[in-house]
Amino acid sequence: MSVSVTTGTNRLAGPLADPAGEAGWEGAPPRVGFFTDTSVCIGCKACEVACKEWNRVPDDGFRFLGHSYDNTGGLSASTWRHVAFVEKPLPDGKGLAWLMSSDVCKHCTHAACLDVCPTGALLRTEFGTVVVQEDVCNGCGYCVPACPYGVIDQRPGDGRAWKCTLCYDRLGQGLEPACAKACPTKSIQFGPLDELRQRARSRLAEVRASGAASARLYGEDPGDGVGGAGAFFLLLDEPEVYGLPPDPVVTTRDLPSMWRRAAVAAGALLAGAAAAFLGAAQ
Amino acid sequence: MGTSFGRGGATTFPADLQGSDCIVIQGSNMAECHPVAFQWVMEAKARGAKVIHVDPRFTRTSAVADLHVPLRAGSDIAFLGGLIHHVLTQGADFREYLVAYTNAPTILREDFADTEDLDGLFSGFDPATRHYDPVTWQYEGMKVAAAAGQRDEEHDDWVRRRARAGHETQRADAMGSHGAVFGGRPERDETLQHPRCVYQVLRRHFSRYTPELVEELCGVPRELFLEVAEAICSNSGRERTTAFVYAVGWTHHTVGVQYIRTAAILQLLLGNIGRPGGGIMALRGHASIQGSTDIPTLFNILPGYIPMPHAHHDQDLAAFIAGDAGDTGYWGNMGAYTVSLLKAWWGDKAQPENDFCFDYLPRLDGPAGTYQTVAGQIDGTVKGYFLVGENPAVGSANAKMQRLGLANLDWLVVRDFSLIESATFWKDGPEIETGELRPEEIGTEVFFLPAAAHTEKDGSFTNTQRLLQWHHKAVEPEGDDRSDLWFYYHLGRRIRDKLAGSADEMDRPILDLTWEYPTEGPLAEPSAEAVLREVNGWGPDGRALGSYTELAADGSTACGCWIYCGCFAGEVNQTARRRPASEQSWVAPEWGWAWPANRRILYNRASADPGGRPWSERKAYVWWDEDQGRWTGHDVPDFEPTKHPGYVPPEGARAEEAIGGADPFIMQADGKGWLYVPSGLVDGPLPTHYEPVESPVPNPLYACQHNPVREGMARPENPYNPSGGAPGSEAFPFVFTTYRLTEHHTAGGMSRWQPYLSELQPEMFCEVSPALAAERGLEPLGWATIVTARTAIEARVLVTDRMAPLKVGGRTIHQVGLPYHWGPNGLVRGDAANELLAVVMDPNVHIQEAKCATCDVIPGRRPRGPALLALVERYRRQAQSPPGGGR
Repeated sequence: MSVSVTTGTNRLAGPLADPAGEAGWEGAPPRVGFFTDTSVCIGCKACEVACKEWNRVPDDGFRFLGHSYDNTGGLSASTWRHVAFVEKPLPDGKGLAWLMSSDVCKHCTHAACLDVCPTGALLRTEFGTVVVQEDVCNGCGYCVPACPYGVIDQRPGDGRAWKCTLCYDRLGQGLEPACAKACPTKSIQFGPLDELRQRARSRLAEVRASGAASARLYGEDPGDGVGGAGAFFLLLDEPEVYGLPPDPVVTTRDLPSMWRRAAVAAGALLAGAAAAFLGAAQ
Repeated sequence: MGTSFGRGGATTFPADLQGSDCIVIQGSNMAECHPVAFQWVMEAKARGAKVIHVDPRFTRTSAVADLHVPLRAGSDIAFLGGLIHHVLTQGADFREYLVAYTNAPTILREDFADTEDLDGLFSGFDPATRHYDPVTWQYEGMKVAAAAGQRDEEHDDWVRRRARAGHETQRADAMGSHGAVFGGRPERDETLQHPRCVYQVLRRHFSRYTPELVEELCGVPRELFLEVAEAICSNSGRERTTAFVYAVGWTHHTVGVQYIRTAAILQLLLGNIGRPGGGIMALRGHASIQGSTDIPTLFNILPGYIPMPHAHHDQDLAAFIAGDAGDTGYWGNMGAYTVSLLKAWWGDKAQPENDFCFDYLPRLDGPAGTYQTVAGQIDGTVKGYFLVGENPAVGSANAKMQRLGLANLDWLVVRDFSLIESATFWKDGPEIETGELRPEEIGTEVFFLPAAAHTEKDGSFTNTQRLLQWHHKAVEPEGDDRSDLWFYYHLGRRIRDKLAGSADEMDRPILDLTWEYPTEGPLAEPSAEAVLREVNGWGPDGRALGSYTELAADGSTACGCWIYCGCFAGEVNQTARRRPASEQSWVAPEWGWAWPANRRILYNRASADPGGRPWSERKAYVWWDEDQGRWTGHDVPDFEPTKHPGYVPPEGARAEEAIGGADPFIMQADGKGWLYVPSGLVDGPLPTHYEPVESPVPNPLYACQHNPVREGMARPENPYNPSGGAPGSEAFPFVFTTYRLTEHHTAGGMSRWQPYLSELQPEMFCEVSPALAAERGLEPLGWATIVTARTAIEARVLVTDRMAPLKVGGRTIHQVGLPYHWGPNGLVRGDAANELLAVVMDPNVHIQEAKCATCDVIPGRRPRGPALLALVERYRRQAQSPPGGGR
């Protein structure tokens, strides 16, 4: 594929049809992502294992957490897919729901991690995904608090930031990401984002029609706080139940206004100082 | 399965589940243990099927099912019996199917007595030997199955003790591929009114298995039970089909075979066998377990389920075949299968004059299953042992007994990927810690030989749906790692070299073997395809055979496993076929190769009505094409391709010619599906609820608490907990069940050394309800000690609502969940659940009861060293369990 990088200005919030183009890729392929349908997840964790096998991610330690069947705890520098297990009594008091959901980096339309990275280690790819270049990252850690989902993290003993690459190397070969390939129930679906969004909407209608009134899409809306996620979800309950933030906002959204205010404040400060000097001189 | 339908394999294949209207998963945690096959259940659900999970625990399968039905571990026959009762009393059976295709109309002998008549026993029980004489179980007017009693007169102790039932045991083992044999034609009453017809006998037998009993015995509320009953009835019949799925949750019981029999009866009543979206899907415990019974690693059968001959039992080949071959049905050709096997093994040395080397086959002089072998090790009669892909030191019931056996050998060969517990028990096993064994006193010489993984060798897997799939070597094995094929081929070669020139007749069976396989590559790896071709067999011209129907009894054909004949048809490795799903139907006949004859749904003649027309358009699968004069459809017909539906066998017909044109169960002597099994099972012609050997409650149905002919092991290493209110049983008030998690593989030999799997489930834990945790003072994430009469183990505590206490017989029963993946070695460690289990077995197939037993649970870690023995001794005294444990 022939794509080239041009320079230009990047927007920091709001709907954006073509983040790769915005990042300067010309003739980029359609933006791709994940649709994770948690209503058919069976919690087998094949996604976690396939991810680590393909990407050579080290183990995350052997700790019995006892959070239901979850012993990796959450996404981290060494866990790029994470299956949450939530045991919840049904509202009618009869029976139990055992929710399972495979979480992953959202590959945001507006990725704060990328925007704050001072070294350029974080990169918007031609596929519209967000990738850390491990040979560029200097371990400054600015990206870590920038992520509204708490996804990206520094690896202890290594210091650099790591997260899901959406299998950038596989995409380049026309292959789907390892987690989607390994998923036995098609809970993790990979494809062009536009197609996935359509599919997700019709699937949501099916799931709701079957009686799951609280089912919803999460991260699918380009009007949300991150401009829509490249990896979005069909959840059967509120996002908080799964440990997801209910209304994430890209942390760089307010940068322009913050800078404007800072500039005004600085101007006012300067003006005040100048006035003081002038006054003193009198 | 074998006794009910004729072959001991799943009647269907997982991808066919997508067309089911209702799927009942019971005795299986399919989403966790067979996640890839489970995609078809999810597909069915997406198409509107109802998915029901019946299981003591709320698992990942329950989480995505439409309905979870918790029941007490060990009570499944009562639950399924309740469903049978519902079908019979509501008239919900598929009457046309039932009358035409099953033995419901067949009339039984007058002297047959049921468990309802004899308080839990069938007629023919001998209390002295604790065995059944099955003579009275026969059909009216039939020849008795075999004159085994007479033939046994001269036999050694074991055979004599087994007396008449002994021959039946052998039969039961052979049921893997075929039903029992008999002569004559049974009497039938197609109105089903005759008081002694099977249908009426069934009605009486299950008359007390009411919803009320199910509630009392299984702990399943009536409404929940009825929801299941109505779901399966409304999803069966001409237009709709229901499938049952089971795994080792049904087989690991002292009545395991009868669990499956109960499901078989239900599915025959509802007309769901041999039809798309129906059937009974048997999920195997791990890769190629189906294959290792087809070409067996078992003591009592030969390849293709030909029974292993007994000492003195079958004097020559002709007598052997006469005794075990049926006159009618496909098993009538056993002579051709057996002679072809002998030709494959001994080639030109096997000639008619020497009975085709029949006398080279070993003869059974007693049971030699894994647990008898271990007892033999402890008793000093078994001196050497090969462990290949097996880790009994943590993976078999009563793990301590296994280790005591290993510690008393002369030599032990362990072939595995890692230094598993069975290779290191002598230096760091639990008995070393307690002081019961000392390394310097263990005489076993242990040879550890590293094994190649499946990615490092060519070969085939025979998976759960009888499907052979070829895998190609991706990389050369590293270092000293070698394939099993390499190991056995070169071991055999070296043994033959050592014996070369021997005049001792004892060495002839080894020296005369056909042992010439081409080798390839730097390691001299034998060609796995050459082995597969021998398994397939060849004809007089040396060309690969296309089907087992070509096999002959005159020595002109050779075939290593008759049911696999055709897997190399046309000199092509059919098992290596991989046509993508998008290029063929859901039946996928060009993906791999399935036995028999590449059929994917067995008994599929039953998918058409007696006249050969599909029962409905929606459920059309295989049908008779009058114009072409042959059977056709989506699958290979499991029937003679040109046999007209109206064919009536002439008098005196034998083998397949004796099977009528409307008889779909072609391996059975009468061509029928057997609701009632007159011959072939040692513990009764009908399933009956007996309590597990260790149960917290008395059997509410019969005075007979347990399966009266279960196989026990009365040995000091194998004491049992008292059961069902017997004195001392209060010492072990809880029920525990053992199982697998998705994240690990069986006893952990392939997963506890893998960091990516180990981190997902890093420690042995027990699952308990909040109520039990409160009752016993167990802290979440703390420790619990679980005690039985065998020993005590410790586990981290996982408190969860998924383990719900049940109301059974008016009292609350707590169940404790114990995954069995851990042991003292590997990246992640823990006590092995198998330490807690006793050895007690199903008498038909010698499988241990691992799915339910009783225990006590106390907070905190277990004592170390000799203090552990003292704790267990305290319990044994309290429970008054005799050292040998009784039967």
